[in-house]
Amino acid sequence: MSKLTAAIVGPGNIGTDLLVKLLRSDEIEVTAMVGVDPASDGLARARDLGVATSAGGVDWLLARDTFPDLVFEATSAKAHLANAPRYAAAGITAIDLTPAAVGPYVCPPVNLDTLTAAPNLNMITCGGQATIPIVHAVSSVVPVPYAEIIASIASRSAGPGTRANIDEFTETTAAAIERVGGAGQGKAIIILNPVTPPMIMRDTVFCAIPADADTGAVTASIEKRVAEVQQYVPGYTLRADPQYDEPRDDWDGNARVAVFLEVRGNGDYLPPWAGNLDIMTAAAARTGEQLARTRKAAAA
Amino acid sequence: MTTATENTVTEANAAPTVRLTDSTLRDGSHALAHRFTEGQVRGVVSALDAAGVEVIEVSHGDGLGGSSFNYGFSAVDDIELVAAAVDEATRAKIAVLLLPGVGTIHDLRRARDAGAAVARIATHCTEADVSLQHFAAAREMGMETVGFLMLAHRIGPEELAKEARIMVDGGAQCVYVVDSAGALVLGEAQARVAALINEIGDQAQVGFHGHQNLSLGIANSVLAAQQGALQVDGALCALGAGAGNAPTEILVATFERLGIPTGVDVQGALAAAEDVVRPFLPRLPFADRGAITQGYAGVYSSFLLHAERAAIRYGVPAHEILQRVGEAGYVGGQEDMIIDVALQLVAEREQRTG
Repeated sequence: MSKLTAAIVGPGNIGTDLLVKLLRSDEIEVTAMVGVDPASDGLARARDLGVATSAGGVDWLLARDTFPDLVFEATSAKAHLANAPRYAAAGITAIDLTPAAVGPYVCPPVNLDTLTAAPNLNMITCGGQATIPIVHAVSSVVPVPYAEIIASIASRSAGPGTRANIDEFTETTAAAIERVGGAGQGKAIIILNPVTPPMIMRDTVFCAIPADADTGAVTASIEKRVAEVQQYVPGYTLRADPQYDEPRDDWDGNARVAVFLEVRGNGDYLPPWAGNLDIMTAAAARTGEQLARTRKAAAA
Repeated sequence: MTTATENTVTEANAAPTVRLTDSTLRDGSHALAHRFTEGQVRGVVSALDAAGVEVIEVSHGDGLGGSSFNYGFSAVDDIELVAAAVDEATRAKIAVLLLPGVGTIHDLRRARDAGAAVARIATHCTEADVSLQHFAAAREMGMETVGFLMLAHRIGPEELAKEARIMVDGGAQCVYVVDSAGALVLGEAQARVAALINEIGDQAQVGFHGHQNLSLGIANSVLAAQQGALQVDGALCALGAGAGNAPTEILVATFERLGIPTGVDVQGALAAAEDVVRPFLPRLPFADRGAITQGYAGVYSSFLLHAERAAIRYGVPAHEILQRVGEAGYVGGQEDMIIDVALQLVAEREQRTG
């Protein structure tokens, strides 16, 4: 079976970085990059890379003789809410990099295996992709009544969409920490730091854990999970060993594990400090490739 | 000259009124590791209200939704404390702080429903545009709005004025120069206030929030007021992050001596500090080595206690942690990086001795 075909809708920074990643893929062939602005730099770059482009938007895409198997939505939540039913009607599986959350939240190393038949998959948030694997690694060993993540990103990597809707980030990430990460209650904090040179994305994960938790088993689970994420984000690393704090009364008698992560981007189109954007595009590409492998296996 | 004429002249020359906002129950929350009780909140609000303080801020030190592992869990939910403060106040307005990225519009709505009347939205000084959805929501809810440009020493006056413009265009009715690190030295504070007034004119007011890390909270506040700032923050007994805030009771006394009306009774403010706040303080705010390092190196004041805790936990000096945090350019909210820096210092020491 040949590769799955895919279109990228939205030729901005995210769409362009994703294109560079997918052009390397053995599983996916990008057949179109779609935008709405004929003067778009992203469309011009895609043309230079040999990809068919159009500024005719989704109308153009759905008027073609053949539809792609997949569409990667790298526009806005509003645009995806409008486009999603049209993709579904055309039988195209959507991988949604916006906060629209039409489909279930997917975090590849946690729950992708269970979602390969879903018609629409949502990639949560950059902070979610960076931290939920860890929350889940902890919650699969011990109960986690509460998990909290702090994502620090370079100011320059936060686009106007993120800035205008920062509550969307905190609320979506917190919900996914619970639903996908397996924490009883989730909280997310995002900090924009303008320092120059730009800081590489940093994420801290705090999980409340039982006083008698087997810390060795928790650390082993975290380290195994970091290695799994590294398969698609090579620059995903622990800054230090997981840190354990003794139970405290103001933590409802729970102990705490703290995990300090650095997410260095691959530098495909976006610079390495934009690890937040890289982990989104890498997770989306990973998701597409997994769907391709699953369909190949089903056809075989 | 008649008496009437004299009066007219006096009024024409009278300094404009400065509105004081007391932040004992918000910035002071840092100094108490966010463990305020409802009784303490009621006592402080009652005393400030009686003294004539117009605005009283009540929130977790890191704003609504700040209760967390990263900043410390509140002993009592913010909204319950806001409701108690509203219940206690007879004429003061209750304000809340919100940092976009930490708290959300949902938190703001709950505070408004509990009776909060003023929304103070705080961003790092270069990131004003993350506050726009919150200003819009606050105005829609009928709240008075204040913008907070934190760590204002990190950028120059003109650049700061551009960020203030973004907040005003987004719905802020006042924008503060917030010296979160207590790092602005006299003219530096005044120049920033002047630049903001020059930019936003009479479209919004300008405020100043000073800290004592270099002992200049009062002096900077006076210079700000003389430059035209119409809102100034203080905290009773200086209770606040770092070496504390400009003490409200000293602001009241000093402004009165300068003939700048605040509407606050000096004796009432002194009593509030001495009789209400001081008895529950575990330690008085003091410019120790860590706090001075913050002012000197430009480090966010609320990092102090977190650095002290990390120093004990990992056995490295707090002032070294703070110095390193300053060099890295960390901003308000990045308390988690303090542990990271402490771990780096430990690793470096082990390398040297190992």
